[in-house]
Amino acid sequence: MGHLTATPALDAGQDRTMILNMGPQHPSTHGVLRLVLEIDGETVVRIMPDIGYLHTGIEKTCEAKFYQQVVPLTDRIDYLCPLTNNLCYVLAVEKLLGLEIPPKAQWLRVLLNELTRINSHLVWLGTHAMDIGALTVFLYCFREREDILRLFEAVSGQRMMTSYFRIGGVALEPPLDFFDRVRDFANRFPAKVDEYENLLTGNPIWKMRTKGVARITAEDAIALGASGPTLRGSGVDIDLRRDMPYSGYENFKFNVPVATEGDVFARYICRVQELRESNKIVQQALDGMPQGPIKADAPKVVLPDREKMKTQMEALIYHFKIITEGFSVPAGEVYQAVESPRGEMGYYVVSDGTAKPYRVHMRSACLANLQLLPKMCEGRLIADVVAAIGSIDIVLGEIDR
Amino acid sequence: MPLAPAITDLEKLKDHPAITRLRGWNPAAVTDAKFDRDEISIYVERSAIREACALLRDDPNCPFNYLSDVTCVDWYPSEPRFEVVYHLLSIPQKERVRLKVRLSGDDPALESVTSVWPSANFFEREVYDLFGVRFAGHPYLRRIQMPENWEGHPLRKDYPVEGYR
Repeated sequence: MGHLTATPALDAGQDRTMILNMGPQHPSTHGVLRLVLEIDGETVVRIMPDIGYLHTGIEKTCEAKFYQQVVPLTDRIDYLCPLTNNLCYVLAVEKLLGLEIPPKAQWLRVLLNELTRINSHLVWLGTHAMDIGALTVFLYCFREREDILRLFEAVSGQRMMTSYFRIGGVALEPPLDFFDRVRDFANRFPAKVDEYENLLTGNPIWKMRTKGVARITAEDAIALGASGPTLRGSGVDIDLRRDMPYSGYENFKFNVPVATEGDVFARYICRVQELRESNKIVQQALDGMPQGPIKADAPKVVLPDREKMKTQMEALIYHFKIITEGFSVPAGEVYQAVESPRGEMGYYVVSDGTAKPYRVHMRSACLANLQLLPKMCEGRLIADVVAAIGSIDIVLGEIDR
Repeated sequence: MPLAPAITDLEKLKDHPAITRLRGWNPAAVTDAKFDRDEISIYVERSAIREACALLRDDPNCPFNYLSDVTCVDWYPSEPRFEVVYHLLSIPQKERVRLKVRLSGDDPALESVTSVWPSANFFEREVYDLFGVRFAGHPYLRRIQMPENWEGHPLRKDYPVEGYR
Protein backbone atom coordinates (compact mmCIF):
# COMPACT_ATOMS: atom_id res chain seq x y z
CA MET A 1 0.00 0.00 0.00
CA GLY A 2 3.04 2.25 -0.08
CA HIS A 3 2.08 3.88 -3.35
CA LEU A 4 -1.01 5.52 -1.83
CA THR A 5 -0.47 8.99 -0.52
CA ALA A 6 -1.64 9.54 2.98
CA THR A 7 -4.74 11.66 3.38
CA PRO A 8 -3.55 15.20 3.95
CA ALA A 9 -4.17 16.09 7.57
CA LEU A 10 -6.41 19.09 8.03
CA ASP A 11 -4.81 21.99 9.77
CA ALA A 12 -6.49 22.91 12.96
CA GLY A 13 -7.95 26.26 12.17
CA GLN A 14 -11.04 28.07 11.18
CA ASP A 15 -12.22 25.44 8.71
CA ARG A 16 -12.30 22.78 11.39
CA THR A 17 -15.84 23.67 12.34
CA MET A 18 -19.02 23.15 10.40
CA ILE A 19 -22.52 24.54 10.73
CA LEU A 20 -25.33 22.13 11.55
CA ASN A 21 -28.97 23.04 11.46
CA MET A 22 -31.09 21.47 14.16
CA GLY A 23 -34.78 22.07 13.67
CA PRO A 24 -37.19 23.74 13.17
CA GLN A 25 -38.67 20.32 12.43
CA HIS A 26 -36.83 18.13 14.86
CA PRO A 27 -38.51 15.89 17.43
CA SER A 28 -36.24 16.81 20.30
CA THR A 29 -36.64 20.57 19.95
CA HIS A 30 -40.17 20.30 21.39
CA GLY A 31 -41.83 22.32 18.71
CA VAL A 32 -40.43 24.59 16.09
CA LEU A 33 -37.21 25.73 17.67
CA ARG A 34 -34.31 26.04 15.28
CA LEU A 35 -30.79 25.84 16.60
CA VAL A 36 -27.83 26.72 14.46
CA LEU A 37 -24.94 24.74 15.85
CA GLU A 38 -21.33 25.35 15.02
CA ILE A 39 -19.64 22.04 15.69
CA ASP A 40 -16.13 20.73 15.78
CA GLY A 41 -16.59 16.99 15.35
CA GLU A 42 -19.10 16.07 18.02
CA THR A 43 -18.32 19.11 20.13
CA VAL A 44 -20.54 22.16 20.05
CA VAL A 45 -18.59 25.36 19.65
CA ARG A 46 -21.43 27.83 19.37
CA ILE A 47 -25.21 27.77 19.48
CA MET A 48 -27.55 30.32 18.03
CA PRO A 49 -31.25 29.77 18.81
CA ASP A 50 -33.57 30.97 16.08
CA ILE A 51 -37.22 31.46 17.03
CA GLY A 52 -40.34 33.04 15.63
CA TYR A 53 -41.68 30.12 13.59
CA LEU A 54 -44.84 30.05 15.70
CA HIS A 55 -45.37 33.79 16.01
CA THR A 56 -49.09 34.43 15.80
CA GLY A 57 -49.27 38.00 17.05
CA ILE A 58 -51.40 37.26 20.10
CA GLU A 59 -50.31 40.50 21.78
CA LYS A 60 -51.59 42.47 18.80
CA THR A 61 -54.84 40.52 18.65
CA CYS A 62 -55.51 41.23 22.33
CA GLU A 63 -55.60 44.96 21.62
CA ALA A 64 -58.57 44.47 19.31
CA LYS A 65 -60.68 42.40 21.75
CA PHE A 66 -62.76 43.20 24.80
CA TYR A 67 -61.14 42.32 28.10
CA GLN A 68 -63.22 39.16 28.53
CA GLN A 69 -62.51 38.03 24.98
CA VAL A 70 -58.79 37.85 25.66
CA VAL A 71 -59.18 34.87 28.03
CA PRO A 72 -59.43 32.24 25.25
CA LEU A 73 -56.39 33.76 23.55
CA THR A 74 -54.32 33.20 26.66
CA ASP A 75 -55.02 29.46 26.42
CA ARG A 76 -53.32 29.33 23.08
CA ILE A 77 -50.04 30.74 24.33
CA ASP A 78 -48.96 27.66 26.17
CA TYR A 79 -50.86 24.52 25.33
CA LEU A 80 -49.53 22.68 28.38
CA CYS A 81 -50.66 25.16 30.99
CA PRO A 82 -53.68 27.04 29.67
CA LEU A 83 -55.12 27.54 33.14
CA THR A 84 -51.95 29.18 34.43
CA ASN A 85 -52.14 31.68 31.62
CA ASN A 86 -55.86 32.22 32.24
CA LEU A 87 -55.12 32.85 35.89
CA CYS A 88 -52.31 35.28 35.26
CA TYR A 89 -54.39 37.33 32.86
CA VAL A 90 -57.54 37.46 34.99
CA LEU A 91 -55.51 38.35 38.08
CA ALA A 92 -53.96 41.25 36.20
CA VAL A 93 -57.33 42.57 35.03
CA GLU A 94 -58.85 42.05 38.47
CA LYS A 95 -56.01 44.07 39.95
CA LEU A 96 -56.72 46.82 37.43
CA LEU A 97 -60.40 46.76 38.37
CA GLY A 98 -59.81 46.40 42.09
CA LEU A 99 -62.07 43.34 42.22
CA GLU A 100 -62.31 41.10 45.26
CA ILE A 101 -62.63 37.42 44.40
CA PRO A 102 -64.67 35.08 46.62
CA PRO A 103 -62.62 32.44 48.45
CA LYS A 104 -64.17 29.47 46.71
CA ALA A 105 -63.16 30.81 43.32
CA GLN A 106 -59.64 31.43 44.57
CA TRP A 107 -59.30 27.91 45.93
CA LEU A 108 -60.72 26.40 42.77
CA ARG A 109 -58.17 28.36 40.80
CA VAL A 110 -55.35 27.08 43.00
CA LEU A 111 -56.62 23.52 42.72
CA LEU A 112 -56.80 23.66 38.94
CA ASN A 113 -53.48 25.43 38.65
CA GLU A 114 -51.73 22.70 40.55
CA LEU A 115 -53.39 20.06 38.40
CA THR A 116 -52.14 22.03 35.42
CA ARG A 117 -48.64 22.01 36.86
CA ILE A 118 -48.80 18.24 37.27
CA ASN A 119 -50.12 17.92 33.72
CA SER A 120 -47.37 20.09 32.31
CA HIS A 121 -44.61 18.38 34.27
CA LEU A 122 -45.88 14.98 33.14
CA VAL A 123 -45.58 15.95 29.50
CA TRP A 124 -42.15 17.41 30.20
CA LEU A 125 -41.01 14.27 32.01
CA GLY A 126 -42.29 11.94 29.32
CA THR A 127 -40.77 13.82 26.40
CA HIS A 128 -37.54 14.66 28.20
CA ALA A 129 -36.98 11.03 29.09
CA MET A 130 -37.87 9.97 25.56
CA ASP A 131 -35.32 12.41 24.11
CA ILE A 132 -32.64 10.80 26.21
CA GLY A 133 -33.78 7.31 25.27
CA ALA A 134 -36.02 6.12 28.11
CA LEU A 135 -39.12 5.43 26.03
CA THR A 136 -41.27 3.74 28.65
CA VAL A 137 -41.62 6.76 30.90
CA PHE A 138 -43.56 8.56 28.22
CA LEU A 139 -46.33 5.96 28.30
CA TYR A 140 -46.52 6.03 32.09
CA CYS A 141 -46.74 9.83 32.18
CA PHE A 142 -49.39 10.07 29.52
CA ARG A 143 -51.51 7.56 31.41
CA GLU A 144 -51.84 9.97 34.35
CA ARG A 145 -52.02 12.99 32.09
CA GLU A 146 -55.09 11.48 30.49
CA ASP A 147 -56.77 11.39 33.92
CA ILE A 148 -56.05 15.07 34.41
CA LEU A 149 -57.33 15.97 30.96
CA ARG A 150 -60.55 14.15 31.80
CA LEU A 151 -60.82 16.25 34.96
CA PHE A 152 -60.36 19.40 32.91
CA GLU A 153 -63.00 18.20 30.52
CA ALA A 154 -65.39 17.57 33.39
CA VAL A 155 -64.92 20.99 34.88
CA SER A 156 -64.67 23.17 31.79
CA GLY A 157 -65.92 21.10 28.86
CA GLN A 158 -62.51 21.16 27.17
CA ARG A 159 -59.48 18.95 27.54
CA MET A 160 -56.84 21.45 26.58
CA MET A 161 -58.11 24.93 25.73
CA THR A 162 -60.02 25.24 28.96
CA SER A 163 -60.75 29.01 29.26
CA TYR A 164 -62.34 28.21 32.59
CA PHE A 165 -61.40 31.30 34.57
CA ARG A 166 -63.34 34.50 34.12
CA ILE A 167 -62.60 38.02 35.18
CA GLY A 168 -64.22 38.02 38.60
CA GLY A 169 -64.29 34.30 39.28
CA VAL A 170 -64.67 31.05 37.38
CA ALA A 171 -67.08 30.16 34.60
CA LEU A 172 -69.23 27.46 36.19
CA GLU A 173 -69.76 25.46 39.32
CA PRO A 174 -67.75 22.26 38.98
CA PRO A 175 -69.91 19.16 38.41
CA LEU A 176 -71.16 17.26 41.46
CA ASP A 177 -68.68 14.40 41.48
CA PHE A 178 -65.73 16.57 40.46
CA PHE A 179 -64.08 16.87 43.86
CA ASP A 180 -64.40 13.13 44.48
CA ARG A 181 -62.72 12.42 41.19
CA VAL A 182 -59.90 14.84 41.98
CA ARG A 183 -59.46 13.27 45.40
CA ASP A 184 -59.33 9.84 43.85
CA PHE A 185 -56.62 11.05 41.49
CA ALA A 186 -54.67 12.82 44.25
CA ASN A 187 -54.70 9.66 46.38
CA ARG A 188 -53.38 7.52 43.55
CA PHE A 189 -50.83 9.94 42.23
CA PRO A 190 -47.90 9.72 44.73
CA ALA A 191 -47.53 6.01 43.95
CA LYS A 192 -47.31 6.90 40.27
CA VAL A 193 -44.51 9.37 40.92
CA ASP A 194 -42.69 6.54 42.68
CA GLU A 195 -43.06 4.53 39.49
CA TYR A 196 -41.48 7.26 37.39
CA GLU A 197 -38.69 7.66 39.87
CA ASN A 198 -38.09 3.92 39.90
CA LEU A 199 -37.54 4.12 36.19
CA LEU A 200 -35.24 7.12 36.21
CA THR A 201 -33.78 8.48 39.43
CA GLY A 202 -31.55 5.55 40.24
CA ASN A 203 -31.07 4.42 36.66
CA PRO A 204 -27.32 4.45 35.87
CA ILE A 205 -27.86 5.34 32.20
CA TRP A 206 -30.13 8.22 33.15
CA LYS A 207 -27.59 9.45 35.65
CA MET A 208 -24.76 9.27 33.13
CA ARG A 209 -26.75 11.24 30.62
CA THR A 210 -27.88 13.94 33.06
CA LYS A 211 -25.42 14.35 35.95
CA GLY A 212 -22.90 17.10 35.34
CA VAL A 213 -24.46 17.83 31.96
CA ALA A 214 -25.40 21.34 30.86
CA ARG A 215 -24.36 22.87 34.15
CA ILE A 216 -25.16 26.47 34.94
CA THR A 217 -24.23 28.50 38.00
CA ALA A 218 -26.70 30.54 40.04
CA GLU A 219 -25.05 33.82 38.97
CA ASP A 220 -25.30 32.95 35.29
CA ALA A 221 -28.86 31.74 35.67
CA ILE A 222 -29.95 35.02 37.29
CA ALA A 223 -28.04 37.14 34.79
CA LEU A 224 -29.57 35.27 31.87
CA GLY A 225 -33.09 35.59 33.25
CA ALA A 226 -33.84 31.99 34.22
CA SER A 227 -36.84 31.31 36.41
CA GLY A 228 -38.85 28.45 37.80
CA PRO A 229 -37.29 24.99 38.21
CA THR A 230 -34.48 26.01 35.86
CA LEU A 231 -33.41 28.64 38.37
CA ARG A 232 -34.11 26.51 41.44
CA GLY A 233 -32.02 23.72 39.97
CA SER A 234 -29.08 26.10 40.32
CA GLY A 235 -29.73 26.70 44.00
CA VAL A 236 -31.71 29.96 43.92
CA ASP A 237 -34.59 29.55 46.33
CA ILE A 238 -37.43 31.57 44.88
CA ASP A 239 -40.97 30.53 44.14
CA LEU A 240 -43.55 33.22 43.46
CA ARG A 241 -46.31 31.11 44.98
CA ARG A 242 -44.58 31.25 48.35
CA ASP A 243 -42.64 34.52 48.14
CA MET A 244 -45.12 36.83 46.43
CA PRO A 245 -48.38 34.93 46.91
CA TYR A 246 -51.38 35.47 44.67
CA SER A 247 -54.86 33.94 44.49
CA GLY A 248 -54.73 32.71 48.09
CA TYR A 249 -51.51 30.68 47.86
CA GLU A 250 -50.55 32.03 51.29
CA ASN A 251 -53.11 29.59 52.76
CA PHE A 252 -51.26 26.53 51.54
CA LYS A 253 -48.27 24.74 52.99
CA PHE A 254 -45.76 23.27 50.60
CA ASN A 255 -42.04 22.94 50.16
CA VAL A 256 -40.09 24.50 47.36
CA PRO A 257 -37.64 21.91 46.03
CA VAL A 258 -34.20 23.38 45.39
CA ALA A 259 -31.13 21.60 44.08
CA THR A 260 -27.68 23.11 43.95
CA GLU A 261 -25.83 21.25 41.20
CA GLY A 262 -27.34 23.24 38.33
CA ASP A 263 -27.19 20.33 35.90
CA VAL A 264 -29.86 18.44 33.99
CA PHE A 265 -30.30 16.00 36.86
CA ALA A 266 -30.84 18.82 39.37
CA ARG A 267 -33.58 20.32 37.25
CA TYR A 268 -35.11 16.88 36.85
CA ILE A 269 -35.14 16.34 40.61
CA CYS A 270 -36.70 19.75 41.23
CA ARG A 271 -39.55 19.07 38.84
CA VAL A 272 -40.21 15.57 40.07
CA GLN A 273 -40.36 16.85 43.64
CA GLU A 274 -42.71 19.57 42.47
CA LEU A 275 -45.06 16.87 41.23
CA ARG A 276 -45.37 15.65 44.82
CA GLU A 277 -45.67 19.15 46.26
CA SER A 278 -48.36 20.10 43.77
CA ASN A 279 -50.26 16.99 44.72
CA LYS A 280 -50.07 18.09 48.36
CA ILE A 281 -51.53 21.47 47.43
CA VAL A 282 -54.32 19.74 45.52
CA GLN A 283 -55.18 17.72 48.61
CA GLN A 284 -55.13 20.78 50.86
CA ALA A 285 -57.36 22.61 48.41
CA LEU A 286 -59.80 19.72 48.47
CA ASP A 287 -59.79 19.51 52.27
CA GLY A 288 -60.32 23.20 52.85
CA MET A 289 -62.50 24.10 49.88
CA PRO A 290 -64.70 26.96 51.15
CA GLN A 291 -68.37 27.22 50.39
CA GLY A 292 -69.93 30.22 48.79
CA PRO A 293 -70.21 32.01 45.48
CA ILE A 294 -67.80 31.38 42.63
CA LYS A 295 -68.12 34.83 41.11
CA ALA A 296 -67.46 38.28 42.47
CA ASP A 297 -70.38 40.55 43.22
CA ALA A 298 -69.75 42.97 40.37
CA PRO A 299 -72.70 42.97 37.97
CA LYS A 300 -71.01 45.31 35.51
CA VAL A 301 -68.09 42.93 35.03
CA VAL A 302 -69.32 39.44 35.78
CA LEU A 303 -71.98 37.85 33.58
CA PRO A 304 -75.21 37.14 35.49
CA ASP A 305 -76.46 33.62 36.11
CA ARG A 306 -78.67 32.17 33.44
CA GLU A 307 -81.60 31.85 35.82
CA LYS A 308 -81.45 35.51 36.82
CA MET A 309 -81.40 36.54 33.19
CA LYS A 310 -84.68 34.78 32.62
CA THR A 311 -86.40 36.48 35.53
CA GLN A 312 -84.74 39.85 36.13
CA MET A 313 -84.70 42.71 33.68
CA GLU A 314 -81.56 44.21 35.23
CA ALA A 315 -79.57 41.05 34.80
CA LEU A 316 -80.57 40.85 31.17
CA ILE A 317 -79.46 44.42 30.57
CA TYR A 318 -76.09 43.84 32.22
CA HIS A 319 -75.61 40.71 30.18
CA PHE A 320 -76.43 42.54 26.98
CA LYS A 321 -74.08 45.38 27.80
CA ILE A 322 -71.14 43.18 28.75
CA ILE A 323 -71.48 41.10 25.63
CA THR A 324 -72.01 43.95 23.18
CA GLU A 325 -69.81 46.70 24.54
CA GLY A 326 -67.64 45.08 27.18
CA PHE A 327 -66.84 46.79 30.45
CA SER A 328 -64.48 49.68 30.90
CA VAL A 329 -61.45 49.28 33.10
CA PRO A 330 -59.97 52.26 34.97
CA ALA A 331 -56.83 53.56 33.33
CA GLY A 332 -53.59 52.24 34.70
CA GLU A 333 -51.12 49.46 34.33
CA VAL A 334 -50.38 46.25 36.15
CA TYR A 335 -47.68 43.63 36.03
CA GLN A 336 -48.91 40.36 37.44
CA ALA A 337 -46.57 37.41 37.67
CA VAL A 338 -47.43 33.85 38.56
CA GLU A 339 -45.30 30.77 38.99
CA SER A 340 -46.08 28.79 35.87
CA PRO A 341 -44.69 25.26 35.49
CA ARG A 342 -41.87 26.80 33.49
CA GLY A 343 -41.09 29.81 35.63
CA GLU A 344 -42.18 33.39 35.99
CA MET A 345 -45.14 33.97 33.72
CA GLY A 346 -45.99 37.65 33.74
CA TYR A 347 -48.78 39.68 32.21
CA TYR A 348 -48.31 43.38 31.76
CA VAL A 349 -51.70 44.90 31.03
CA VAL A 350 -52.13 48.59 30.26
CA SER A 351 -55.56 50.14 30.28
CA ASP A 352 -56.54 53.50 28.82
CA GLY A 353 -59.97 53.46 30.42
CA THR A 354 -61.85 51.82 27.56
CA ALA A 355 -63.30 48.32 27.18
CA LYS A 356 -60.34 46.97 25.23
CA PRO A 357 -56.86 46.55 26.68
CA TYR A 358 -54.46 49.14 25.36
CA ARG A 359 -51.57 46.75 25.59
CA VAL A 360 -51.18 43.17 26.80
CA HIS A 361 -47.68 41.84 27.06
CA MET A 362 -46.80 38.35 28.17
CA ARG A 363 -43.51 37.84 29.93
CA SER A 364 -42.56 34.42 28.72
CA ALA A 365 -40.56 32.24 31.07
CA CYS A 366 -39.40 30.06 28.18
CA LEU A 367 -38.08 32.96 26.14
CA ALA A 368 -35.78 33.90 28.99
CA ASN A 369 -34.88 30.31 29.84
CA LEU A 370 -33.92 29.64 26.24
CA GLN A 371 -31.14 32.20 26.56
CA LEU A 372 -29.37 29.81 28.91
CA LEU A 373 -28.94 27.20 26.23
CA PRO A 374 -25.71 28.54 24.64
CA LYS A 375 -24.13 28.92 28.06
CA MET A 376 -25.14 25.39 29.03
CA CYS A 377 -24.04 23.60 25.90
CA GLU A 378 -21.04 25.30 24.40
CA GLY A 379 -18.06 23.00 24.65
CA ARG A 380 -20.19 19.92 25.17
CA LEU A 381 -21.42 17.14 22.88
CA ILE A 382 -24.35 17.38 20.48
CA ALA A 383 -26.20 14.69 22.43
CA ASP A 384 -26.05 16.92 25.50
CA VAL A 385 -27.84 19.67 23.62
CA VAL A 386 -30.87 17.39 23.41
CA ALA A 387 -30.71 16.74 27.15
CA ALA A 388 -30.33 20.46 27.85
CA ILE A 389 -33.31 21.47 25.71
CA GLY A 390 -35.45 18.94 27.56
CA SER A 391 -34.23 20.15 30.93
CA ILE A 392 -35.29 23.78 30.41
CA ASP A 393 -38.77 22.60 29.41
CA ILE A 394 -39.60 24.97 26.59
CA VAL A 395 -42.93 25.46 24.88
CA LEU A 396 -42.50 27.27 21.61
CA GLY A 397 -46.02 28.62 21.60
CA GLU A 398 -45.13 30.65 24.65
CA ILE A 399 -41.78 31.80 23.27
CA ASP A 400 -43.15 33.06 19.98
CA ARG A 401 -46.66 34.07 21.06
CA MET B 1 -61.21 46.35 47.61
CA PRO B 2 -61.79 49.83 46.16
CA LEU B 3 -58.90 51.30 44.23
CA ALA B 4 -56.73 53.72 46.13
CA PRO B 5 -55.93 56.84 44.12
CA ALA B 6 -52.57 56.77 42.40
CA ILE B 7 -49.77 58.80 43.93
CA THR B 8 -48.02 60.68 41.18
CA ASP B 9 -46.15 63.27 43.22
CA LEU B 10 -42.44 62.54 43.11
CA GLU B 11 -41.87 64.33 46.44
CA LYS B 12 -44.28 62.00 48.26
CA LEU B 13 -42.53 58.96 46.85
CA LYS B 14 -38.99 60.07 47.42
CA ASP B 15 -38.55 57.67 50.35
CA HIS B 16 -38.88 54.61 48.18
CA PRO B 17 -35.45 52.93 48.33
CA ALA B 18 -35.05 52.72 44.57
CA ILE B 19 -35.94 56.38 44.07
CA THR B 20 -33.68 57.47 46.92
CA ARG B 21 -30.85 55.50 45.44
CA LEU B 22 -31.32 56.88 41.94
CA ARG B 23 -31.75 60.47 43.06
CA GLY B 24 -28.75 60.21 45.34
CA TRP B 25 -26.70 59.27 42.30
CA ASN B 26 -28.10 61.78 39.86
CA PRO B 27 -31.10 63.98 40.80
CA ALA B 28 -31.89 64.56 37.13
CA ALA B 29 -32.12 60.84 36.35
CA VAL B 30 -35.60 60.43 37.84
CA THR B 31 -38.10 62.58 35.99
CA ASP B 32 -41.33 61.25 37.43
CA ALA B 33 -42.76 58.47 39.55
CA LYS B 34 -46.10 56.83 40.15
CA PHE B 35 -47.44 54.52 42.83
CA ASP B 36 -50.59 52.84 41.64
CA ARG B 37 -52.25 49.54 42.57
CA ASP B 38 -49.34 48.65 44.85
CA GLU B 39 -46.84 48.96 42.04
CA ILE B 40 -44.15 51.58 41.74
CA SER B 41 -43.17 53.05 38.39
CA ILE B 42 -40.14 55.26 38.02
CA TYR B 43 -39.61 57.35 34.93
CA VAL B 44 -35.94 57.47 34.11
CA GLU B 45 -34.17 59.91 31.84
CA ARG B 46 -33.34 58.26 28.53
CA SER B 47 -29.58 58.78 28.76
CA ALA B 48 -29.42 57.37 32.30
CA ILE B 49 -31.17 54.03 31.88
CA ARG B 50 -28.17 51.74 31.66
CA GLU B 51 -26.40 53.26 34.63
CA ALA B 52 -29.66 53.40 36.58
CA CYS B 53 -30.13 49.66 36.02
CA ALA B 54 -26.57 48.90 37.03
CA LEU B 55 -27.01 51.02 40.15
CA LEU B 56 -30.22 49.26 41.20
CA ARG B 57 -28.71 45.85 40.48
CA ASP B 58 -25.75 46.53 42.77
CA ASP B 59 -27.69 48.22 45.57
CA PRO B 60 -26.38 46.62 48.79
CA ASN B 61 -29.67 47.01 50.71
CA CYS B 62 -32.19 46.00 48.11
CA PRO B 63 -30.48 44.63 45.03
CA PHE B 64 -32.84 44.48 42.07
CA ASN B 65 -30.69 41.74 40.66
CA TYR B 66 -33.15 40.13 38.26
CA LEU B 67 -34.54 41.60 35.07
CA SER B 68 -37.99 40.13 34.63
CA ASP B 69 -39.00 41.76 31.45
CA VAL B 70 -38.46 44.51 28.93
CA THR B 71 -41.30 45.68 26.78
CA CYS B 72 -42.72 48.77 25.18
CA VAL B 73 -45.99 50.68 24.90
CA ASP B 74 -46.86 52.80 21.90
CA TRP B 75 -48.92 55.92 22.76
CA TYR B 76 -49.38 56.99 19.14
CA PRO B 77 -50.37 59.68 18.18
CA SER B 78 -49.36 61.49 21.38
CA GLU B 79 -45.79 62.46 22.10
CA PRO B 80 -43.48 61.22 23.56
CA ARG B 81 -44.70 58.25 21.62
CA PHE B 82 -42.95 55.23 23.12
CA GLU B 83 -42.52 54.05 26.66
CA VAL B 84 -39.94 51.32 27.14
CA VAL B 85 -40.79 49.42 30.30
CA TYR B 86 -38.39 47.45 32.47
CA HIS B 87 -39.64 45.16 35.23
CA LEU B 88 -37.02 44.51 37.87
CA LEU B 89 -37.24 41.97 40.66
CA SER B 90 -35.21 41.77 43.81
CA ILE B 91 -34.75 38.08 44.53
CA PRO B 92 -33.44 38.61 48.10
CA GLN B 93 -36.11 41.18 49.06
CA LYS B 94 -38.98 39.91 46.87
CA GLU B 95 -39.67 43.41 45.65
CA ARG B 96 -40.54 44.66 42.21
CA VAL B 97 -39.95 47.98 40.58
CA ARG B 98 -40.88 49.24 37.14
CA LEU B 99 -38.61 51.58 35.22
CA LYS B 100 -39.86 53.51 32.26
CA VAL B 101 -38.17 55.53 29.60
CA ARG B 102 -40.13 57.86 27.36
CA LEU B 103 -38.98 58.12 23.77
CA SER B 104 -40.06 60.40 20.97
CA GLY B 105 -41.50 58.92 17.81
CA ASP B 106 -38.85 60.56 15.60
CA ASP B 107 -35.88 59.00 17.27
CA PRO B 108 -36.85 55.91 19.27
CA ALA B 109 -33.43 54.85 20.49
CA LEU B 110 -31.81 54.29 23.84
CA GLU B 111 -28.94 52.44 25.43
CA SER B 112 -29.11 48.69 25.73
CA VAL B 113 -28.96 47.10 29.18
CA THR B 114 -27.46 43.84 27.89
CA SER B 115 -24.19 44.78 29.56
CA VAL B 116 -26.01 44.85 32.91
CA TRP B 117 -28.19 41.77 32.37
CA PRO B 118 -27.42 39.48 29.42
CA SER B 119 -31.05 38.38 29.69
CA ALA B 120 -32.09 41.67 28.06
CA ASN B 121 -30.78 40.29 24.77
CA PHE B 122 -33.97 38.57 23.56
CA PHE B 123 -36.30 41.05 25.26
CA GLU B 124 -34.71 44.02 23.54
CA ARG B 125 -34.61 42.24 20.21
CA GLU B 126 -38.32 41.64 20.54
CA VAL B 127 -38.98 45.31 21.28
CA TYR B 128 -36.83 46.29 18.32
CA ASP B 129 -38.63 43.82 16.09
CA LEU B 130 -42.20 44.68 17.07
CA PHE B 131 -41.86 48.41 17.86
CA GLY B 132 -38.81 49.57 15.96
CA VAL B 133 -37.06 50.92 19.04
CA ARG B 134 -33.30 50.71 18.60
CA PHE B 135 -30.97 49.75 21.43
CA ALA B 136 -27.47 51.15 21.15
CA GLY B 137 -24.78 48.70 22.21
CA HIS B 138 -26.91 45.59 21.73
CA PRO B 139 -24.71 42.71 20.53
CA TYR B 140 -27.12 41.36 17.90
CA LEU B 141 -30.00 43.71 17.21
CA ARG B 142 -31.97 41.84 14.57
CA ARG B 143 -35.55 40.75 14.13
CA ILE B 144 -36.46 37.85 16.40
CA GLN B 145 -40.14 37.03 15.86
CA MET B 146 -40.87 38.39 12.40
CA PRO B 147 -39.03 37.30 9.23
CA GLU B 148 -35.88 39.24 8.39
CA ASN B 149 -37.44 40.89 5.34
CA TRP B 150 -40.62 42.04 7.07
CA GLU B 151 -41.63 45.63 6.59
CA GLY B 152 -42.92 47.65 9.50
CA HIS B 153 -43.22 46.95 13.20
CA PRO B 154 -46.47 45.11 13.98
CA LEU B 155 -47.12 46.23 17.55
CA ARG B 156 -47.07 49.90 16.67
CA LYS B 157 -50.51 51.41 16.96
CA ASP B 158 -50.47 52.72 13.39
CA TYR B 159 -49.97 49.18 12.09
CA PRO B 160 -53.37 47.61 11.33
CA VAL B 161 -54.39 44.50 13.28
CA GLU B 162 -55.10 42.65 10.02
CA GLY B 163 -51.74 43.68 8.59
CA TYR B 164 -51.23 45.33 5.22
CA ARG B 165 -52.82 43.48 2.34
